[in-house]
Amino acid sequence: MAAVAGSETIRRGRAPGRVGNAIFRGVSSSAGITIVVLLGLVAAFLVYRAVPALLATREELADVGFMRGQSLLGYVAPLAFGTVLSSVIALVVAVPLSIGIALFISHYAPRRLAQGLGYLVDLLAAIPSVIFGLWGLQFLQPLVGPLFQWLSDHMGWFPPFSGYVGPAKNIMTAGLVLAVMILPIITATIREVFLQTPRLHEEASLALGATRWEMIRQAVLPFGRSGIISAAMLGMGRALGETMAVLMVLAPGFAMNLYVLRPGQHQSIAANIANQFPEAGALGADVLIATGLFLFLLTFAVNLAARWVINRRAEFSGAN
Amino acid sequence: MTAVSVPPKPVRRRRRLPAYAPWAVLAGALGVGALLSLLSGTFTFTGALLFGALVHVVAITTLSAVVEGRRWATDRLATTLVTAAFVLAAIPLVSLVVLVLRFGMERFSWTFLNDDMVGIFGASVEGGVFHAIIGTLWVTGLCSLVAIPLGILTAVYLVEYARPGPLKRAITVLVDVMTGIPSIVAGLFAATLFMVVVGPQYKAGVMGAVALALLMTPVVVRSVEEMLRLVPNELREAAYALGVPKWLTVVKVVLRTAIAGITTGVMIAIARVIGETAPLLLTVGIVANVNWNAFDGRIATLPVYVFRQYAQGGASVDRAWAGALTLILIVMLLNLVARLVSRYFSPKGAR
Repeated sequence: MAAVAGSETIRRGRAPGRVGNAIFRGVSSSAGITIVVLLGLVAAFLVYRAVPALLATREELADVGFMRGQSLLGYVAPLAFGTVLSSVIALVVAVPLSIGIALFISHYAPRRLAQGLGYLVDLLAAIPSVIFGLWGLQFLQPLVGPLFQWLSDHMGWFPPFSGYVGPAKNIMTAGLVLAVMILPIITATIREVFLQTPRLHEEASLALGATRWEMIRQAVLPFGRSGIISAAMLGMGRALGETMAVLMVLAPGFAMNLYVLRPGQHQSIAANIANQFPEAGALGADVLIATGLFLFLLTFAVNLAARWVINRRAEFSGAN
Repeated sequence: MTAVSVPPKPVRRRRRLPAYAPWAVLAGALGVGALLSLLSGTFTFTGALLFGALVHVVAITTLSAVVEGRRWATDRLATTLVTAAFVLAAIPLVSLVVLVLRFGMERFSWTFLNDDMVGIFGASVEGGVFHAIIGTLWVTGLCSLVAIPLGILTAVYLVEYARPGPLKRAITVLVDVMTGIPSIVAGLFAATLFMVVVGPQYKAGVMGAVALALLMTPVVVRSVEEMLRLVPNELREAAYALGVPKWLTVVKVVLRTAIAGITTGVMIAIARVIGETAPLLLTVGIVANVNWNAFDGRIATLPVYVFRQYAQGGASVDRAWAGALTLILIVMLLNLVARLVSRYFSPKGAR
């Protein structure tokens, strides 16, 4: 009792570090709020500069050289199509490969080796995109050229594969480079989820006589399904916004078709901005910023959806 | 009329392939692959490997199906494909490093690092990256000056101060989403920001720094947050029990404990943004001479230098590769030092 009475006599004002506490708390909170404000600013500035392009009449837009007399929608649509097409190609290649790599690291490689192998894949993420562009031109393009020629010759009855013209500066090659670039983030996410598979599920499956692959199908893949989906979406977000690989590898065009082996058919939003922005006039810059705003919203939505899938899993999974 | 139950047949021991079987099949398959490549016309190493891999997949699965049964054959097939996926993923990394080393070494030298591009035209084999290195240092340095404190403080807020609620959720989600911002959008933002605030003709290194800071901050937040969560609560409680105020606990106990991990995270974040090309293409452009002032005038940076030199073709391509080698050396050095820091300076038991 005496001790309690004694503690009441300590005045709060003399608590040590009160001023420091307040300052530090204030500084770190404002840093957190700055992040929110910053993202708001990004959206605000893009909208502010995009509005003139959105409100411009057709005659005004006709003066913008690179639009070749199209309306804003007519200009953005092929770009958006090319962006999505290249990302889808990248995903179709990268996701199965990533699942394989993640499985290899989490369930096949010897435990001591696994960490080093994971680091090797992470190293891919550290390589600058411009160097991936060089690699795509110098290594991948000559490598896939004969393959595409063969595809076009023998599978040409399937329209998307028809009409290959070398060198392979088509959206397929760009998609392959993108696939390599998004491999690390997809693999890292899937690997994390696979490693969290409840050990007891795996052991129960093995104890019932399952082979390793049957165990993976029964225990690991069902557990990791949402992880795979969100990883694919994160990769999609990356691929949508990647500039340099597409800019360097792809011969641009403004068509909307699925001829993935023909050069000069497609272009992505990001690569188009990088191509035109440095020389664009005032309204031209506005138009490009409007396309950039569209890209921003698209990736924002994809990333948000990916996070939503991940978080939903974290909340409702009974296993962890 | 009850039928006498037939006693079960004795269980037959399942026959398995010996452990060396896959390797033996692989060796044989590669031989057949080389032969096939030879028969298909011209022998290529890639062709031999490709054919060999296909033959191996078919052979090991068939062999296993005959000897071990369907289930084990499926298992073998899965093992082969999973391993193949990993080998396939190693190809880009290895080929990229080999390529950059091979082409980059042709021009890479001490003079290349100490020369700029003033007065270099067309087929000239001189010229270097000194101006681009200075520019990259300026831009990355300015960007780090903003992104590192902002990132660390935000992480401290999220881990130490934020109460569960809408603000904390919003910041966490926005940081996550921010890591996915396309770099070109960050570049557009910086370009418009300075266009509106300073004027349309303004070009300077600081614009690139703003764009990169936008990309770097979320990466720093993520990794620092992870590190702070690893600091055991007992340490915080011990400090409080000794009457240490909260802010001093954070600075002297929590951050001090996590400093190795934070350094690693920050260095990897720097390595990530140092190679960003697209935002710099939009903001800082390229020049031939050294620009010591990041607040006035265009400034050359390594990634843009590589891109522009390659686009010019001819003798410039060699310069592009040498520049790429310089860039990759810087990035790998940062990564290596980061790993070493986390290995040798992290507190025992944290890893």
